[in-house]
Amino acid sequence: MTGGGPLLVVDGVSVRFGALIAVNRVSVSVGQREIVAIIGPNGAGKTTLLNAVSGFYHPFEGRIAFEGRDRTHLSPPDVAALGIARTFQNVALFKGMSVLDNIMTGRLLKMGGSFLTEALYWGPARRQELEHRAFVERIIDFLEIQAIRKTPAGRLPYGLQKRVELARALAAEPKLLLLDEPMAGMNVEEKEDMCRFILDVNQEFGTTIALIEHDMGVVMDISDRVVVLDYGRKIADGPPSEVRRDQAVLDAYLGVAHE
Amino acid sequence: MKTGTVSTGASALDPERDTFPKLVRDNARRLGDKVAIREKDFGIWQAYTWSQYFEHGRLIALGLASLGFARGDRVAIVGDNRPQLYWALMAVQALGGVPVPIYQDSIEREMEYIVDHSEARFAIVEDQEQVDKLVAVRPRCRHLQQIVYDDPRGLRGYGEPGLSSLAELAELGRKFEVSHPAHFDTELARGAADDIAIICYTSGTTGAPKGAMLSHRNLIMTARNAADFEGLGADEEVLSYLPMAWVGDHVFSYAQAIVTGFTINCPESAATVLADLKEIAPTYFFGPPRIWESVLTSVMLRVEDAARPKRALVHFFLRLAQDIERRRLGRRPVSLWQRLLYPLGHALVYGPIKDNLGLSRVRRAYTAGEAIGPEIFLFFRGLGINVKQLYGMTEASVFVTIQRDGDVRLDTVGTPIPGVEIRISDSGEVLFRSPGVFQGYAKNPEATQQTLDGGWIRSGDAGFLDHDGHLVIIDRAKDVSRLADGTMFAPKFIENKLKFSPYVREAVCIGQARPCVTAFVNIDLAAVGNWAERRNIAYTSYGDLAQKPEVYELIRGEVERVNASLAQDEALRGAQVKRFLILHKELDPDDEEITRTRKVRRGYIAQKYATLIDALYSGQDRVQVEAKVTYEDGRTGTMRADVVIRDVGASAPVTP
Repeated sequence: MTGGGPLLVVDGVSVRFGALIAVNRVSVSVGQREIVAIIGPNGAGKTTLLNAVSGFYHPFEGRIAFEGRDRTHLSPPDVAALGIARTFQNVALFKGMSVLDNIMTGRLLKMGGSFLTEALYWGPARRQELEHRAFVERIIDFLEIQAIRKTPAGRLPYGLQKRVELARALAAEPKLLLLDEPMAGMNVEEKEDMCRFILDVNQEFGTTIALIEHDMGVVMDISDRVVVLDYGRKIADGPPSEVRRDQAVLDAYLGVAHE
Repeated sequence: MKTGTVSTGASALDPERDTFPKLVRDNARRLGDKVAIREKDFGIWQAYTWSQYFEHGRLIALGLASLGFARGDRVAIVGDNRPQLYWALMAVQALGGVPVPIYQDSIEREMEYIVDHSEARFAIVEDQEQVDKLVAVRPRCRHLQQIVYDDPRGLRGYGEPGLSSLAELAELGRKFEVSHPAHFDTELARGAADDIAIICYTSGTTGAPKGAMLSHRNLIMTARNAADFEGLGADEEVLSYLPMAWVGDHVFSYAQAIVTGFTINCPESAATVLADLKEIAPTYFFGPPRIWESVLTSVMLRVEDAARPKRALVHFFLRLAQDIERRRLGRRPVSLWQRLLYPLGHALVYGPIKDNLGLSRVRRAYTAGEAIGPEIFLFFRGLGINVKQLYGMTEASVFVTIQRDGDVRLDTVGTPIPGVEIRISDSGEVLFRSPGVFQGYAKNPEATQQTLDGGWIRSGDAGFLDHDGHLVIIDRAKDVSRLADGTMFAPKFIENKLKFSPYVREAVCIGQARPCVTAFVNIDLAAVGNWAERRNIAYTSYGDLAQKPEVYELIRGEVERVNASLAQDEALRGAQVKRFLILHKELDPDDEEITRTRKVRRGYIAQKYATLIDALYSGQDRVQVEAKVTYEDGRTGTMRADVVIRDVGASAPVTP
């Protein structure tokens, strides 16, 4: 633990693709156990920012610190090993594998042992597998997906696939969970379920959560803080009630609400 | 007046074993290491023995005692079937309190009514979902002090006073025991057979729910009599998947389990019931008709997905099994080649299907609650599963009649179990009395008086005892009326028979004070559509298909089949369907023609379709109708259609 400091600090980060500056000197800090929503119109740089944090893109300027140490130039596996897990805007599950196996892959980083013991399912490998399975069962219970444990992920409806993806991210026991549009394409009921799961994860496991979301109702309901991006720049950062009234935000994003 | 078995009278219960908590203590002594409850949790079946059952219940009781629990206090119990909640039932009873189970899917308003009406001081619930509802209604439920939950998930942030977890309660119990070592045993010993054991609120179709009070004696005697009648032993396995608030689950999963010492199994979640059924393979199973229907559908869907030769094989053997079973039930001979083929069918089809469903070990299974379609009943019996019909009521501690092994029929609900006496009133209503007859409705002497008539319960069902002493239920008594010539007319009975046809989705029979019975029919669009496609009959919509002459011919055949079966019964022979029409639109809850639970609203339909009814009785063969329809988005429109009316031939009685 790092004491009272923020878990994640993004300091003046810019990401560019050729001449296009997708994220322009954005600074965001995410405190321990906080739920932060990143919102903004299409192309505002939300996913790019998330990708920079998770190591897919490397910022061309600025720095990213996790638990007080500089992590600007790590690769995705290294970032994952630090305790940052994510879900994707387009579901990225192994379609042919069962839900259980998909979630078990979330434990891979926690698994030790040699190729030989794993292959023979012998000694520590066996004990380890049982422990991981027990942990995964806790998550299955937590997200209420017992009924689809053995179903191939590709056969599930979209809303459930999203939930399985969340389960896989949780299996890594992350300190920071990055959710890229966890509720896109869901109906109202599925959204409500997902909101409850996100809040419960935050409360039960103490996981810090940064999410990108378009549904304003959801954002205002569950987040402690909202960060607004527009054309790669941060234009607002504060509690939902303040951001909602911020003129720059209304102009850029909620446009229709005033006039 | 006909009378069934004579009552054996109220036998005395051993004071050491005259309440459920005492019986659990007895089980813990006799069957201490035998598994009492299994629950699938975290993907594994976790087992609890009778000793653990008693110990958990004891700690919960002591915890409640530490909060000032007084004898007679009511405790709301809400949640899915969970071992913790069954222990809570025992705990409350051990202190002389009364558990009040409430349906877990109740909305706040329903929960408020029952919690308030029962004056529950405590509530023991499963999880956050139930806590939220109870917290919301607590300001309006004066008596409710403490809410105890089992699953703490999502509840850590609640600063609510009077809210604690079951684990905390058990901890309080441990501490309380140190200062009050004899408390539990003293309270347990004070319990007596005639204490109220439970209040089950029944959701009537009319008015507010009524709380039926059942005593320990009611439940112990009835559970024991039925267990003896059916030969149940301590080695039974039961899947506890029906709501705990329903008296059926209370008797199967609590009363009978404790009385006989058998094992109950709690599914992992409501969504995994079918998978858990397969893993447990119960020996004793209960399901209302809709459960049997959904199991049948799941089988048939998989059969239709199979390759053609396999499908043909399955269909051939299923038809064979049903034909054999129909003959057996009708006491008709089974031919030699059928006898020879059945074992082959068992090896190839019946055995594998039963295994796959988890029904291969079932020794006895029941269906009850409403009429079951003969095809569904024959399907399961044909597979060799001993499904039987049962007739019961909350007010009778469930069991009134059961079909005895080897004496199963399609159209009766069996004979009275030991201790039950049946009588048919002059108006045709079924009356009975038994050791299970309830102690009245909580705080509702008026309703009690209406139901209890000198120790006899008025069931509200119209029925008769046939010449073999089997009870036949016709309809709800209030729906039974007379034709103009005085013939008894039971609309729902005929409608059910019509609906057993796969082609008929809904039916409404008319006949009160009329010269004959007529019917409105809704065809089943999927089944009739499929039928039409196979015959190259083109159609555009429901309304178009419904008015096709070929479809009328198809439905006329179905109505004739129903008439033939009505002709078998002396009492119902005069009430055959003479004319029918197929409605141009489906009856729809949005149009208020049926309720959301698909119960026909007769009064409204009679008013709305008065022109159609007039046409049915005026000899016309075609009528024009105009009806208002409500679209799904709430807009309304008018629909005009021509509706054809057909006559149906009556059947003469068949002499066997």
